[in-house]
Amino acid sequence: MSGARRLLAGLNRRPRLAAAALLGPGTLWLLLFFFVPIAVVFAYSFMTRGVYGGVTGGFTLEHYRRFLDPLYLGVLRRTVALAVSCTVLCLVVGYPVAYTIARAGRWKHLLLFLIVVPLWTSFLVRTYALIFLLRDTGFVNAVLLALGVVREPLVLLYTPGAVLAGLVYGYLPLMVLPIYVSLEKLDPTLLEAAEVLGARPLARFWRITLPLSAPGVVAGAMLVFIPALGAFLTPDLLGGAKQMMVGTLVQNQFGGARNWPFGSAVSFILMAVVLVAVLAYLRLRDRAPMEAVA
Amino acid sequence: MRRLPRSLVAFTALCFVLLHLPVLVLAVFSLNRSRFSVQWTGFTLEWYRRLLERQDILAALRVSLTVGAVSTLVATVLGTMIALALARHRFRGRTLLEGLLYLPIVTPEIVVGISLLLLFATLHMALGISTIVVAHVAFSVSFVTVVVRARLEGMDRTLEEAALTLGADEVATFRRVTLPLLSPGILAGALLAFTMSIDDFVITFFVSGPGSTTLPVLIYSMARRTIEPTINAVSTVLVVVTTVLIFFFDRLTRGRGPREGTL
Repeated sequence: MSGARRLLAGLNRRPRLAAAALLGPGTLWLLLFFFVPIAVVFAYSFMTRGVYGGVTGGFTLEHYRRFLDPLYLGVLRRTVALAVSCTVLCLVVGYPVAYTIARAGRWKHLLLFLIVVPLWTSFLVRTYALIFLLRDTGFVNAVLLALGVVREPLVLLYTPGAVLAGLVYGYLPLMVLPIYVSLEKLDPTLLEAAEVLGARPLARFWRITLPLSAPGVVAGAMLVFIPALGAFLTPDLLGGAKQMMVGTLVQNQFGGARNWPFGSAVSFILMAVVLVAVLAYLRLRDRAPMEAVA
Repeated sequence: MRRLPRSLVAFTALCFVLLHLPVLVLAVFSLNRSRFSVQWTGFTLEWYRRLLERQDILAALRVSLTVGAVSTLVATVLGTMIALALARHRFRGRTLLEGLLYLPIVTPEIVVGISLLLLFATLHMALGISTIVVAHVAFSVSFVTVVVRARLEGMDRTLEEAALTLGADEVATFRRVTLPLLSPGILAGALLAFTMSIDDFVITFFVSGPGSTTLPVLIYSMARRTIEPTINAVSTVLVVVTTVLIFFFDRLTRGRGPREGTL
């Protein structure tokens, strides 16, 4: 114990050593088990597929070339379109919700808690709950049949609509939270000033509230867009096998198809699209407050 | 404060209902006697009793708890150390490190999962509990760092300075002043790491092997095959546990801005 004590006291007199000692284990872990694996994926994406599903060395661009096939480009296009639709829907639904929470007074904390809970509830369980609701003999159809709204059960599950609904249901809180944060920070005296100066409610919203909450909107859009782009569970469970997405394509290459190099190449293309989204976010974020002021 | 338009309140209420209804319905029907239909045929705890008889579910629960406990411990220690370094030390590459810490948070889960799978395959490491722990630590360290750091930023440093002035050495100051002040942040980070660990499906799916099935991976394979009330029951247990954990996380981080509390 006294040895450890001396060591700690010694470290405290050498701040650079102390910083290195504090950072070392954690950054090493991230390096070994986050960054190195990504590099391994990159390396695999240029290798040749082996006979039994493994890889053999050598350098080839065939997997990236294969992705240019209209079939796979269609998968990418469909995935991006789905992620964009999901983001737009989350924004349209999430903005009014965030706005209400920000002005909910004493209910604010409870409402925030209710927004956060789904985020940390198992995504799998929530998706399964949707299956339970939407399948032919599920809860929604049972209610509709009992009320006499429909005569035949509706086909709700395993449709593109189900996948989109599942994604919006899953990621809505990620949109609401950052918008809420930026609305919360908004200085109410600005709105009062505008009112005194004769701006109508709609004008106050368009010219003050919306521009000032733009950073939250942009952050929320990125938080929703990225996981929607890489979604694998939702298209897999709610879309059935019909709707191939980039996420399910990657999973297939590592599961049934056992084509690791092609799966790696697709993963890297996915990472590239995400990177473009992040860069676009950073540019927008740096510009957003300027517009608000102008 | 101006009153909100009624239509806005109604819309928000509808969204909250839709956000929570599916899981609530799932939980209610875990108490339904009928095995196949969604007709309510009476209250029963039969499906929960059956959980205790299912060896596969109990084994998965053991794996989930073991992985959760070990990975939380490691991630909390490592994440707290990084947070301390970032908050208290100036060093070269600090901004770069901060940026890199956010990378695991924005990388699609499926990419993290397959990249670890490829690493373990390349190293000829057998997939099992240890590979799951390694993966869970890798994705939760960043989150712990963010939470603990938020607490550190809000901490009053004069207390530590006072302790040092009054003759306590650095070690005593750290143990008797810094650590107790920091403990709610550390506990919140640990709760978050544990919640993420027992909930994670996508990454675990790729790095778990035969005999190391976690609860979410088991639920997935069950849900793909059939719909049965035991899935509802085990899902409900998982949801209740995480909700309680998040409730405590919320209590620990409350009152210091919405950002930290909600992450």
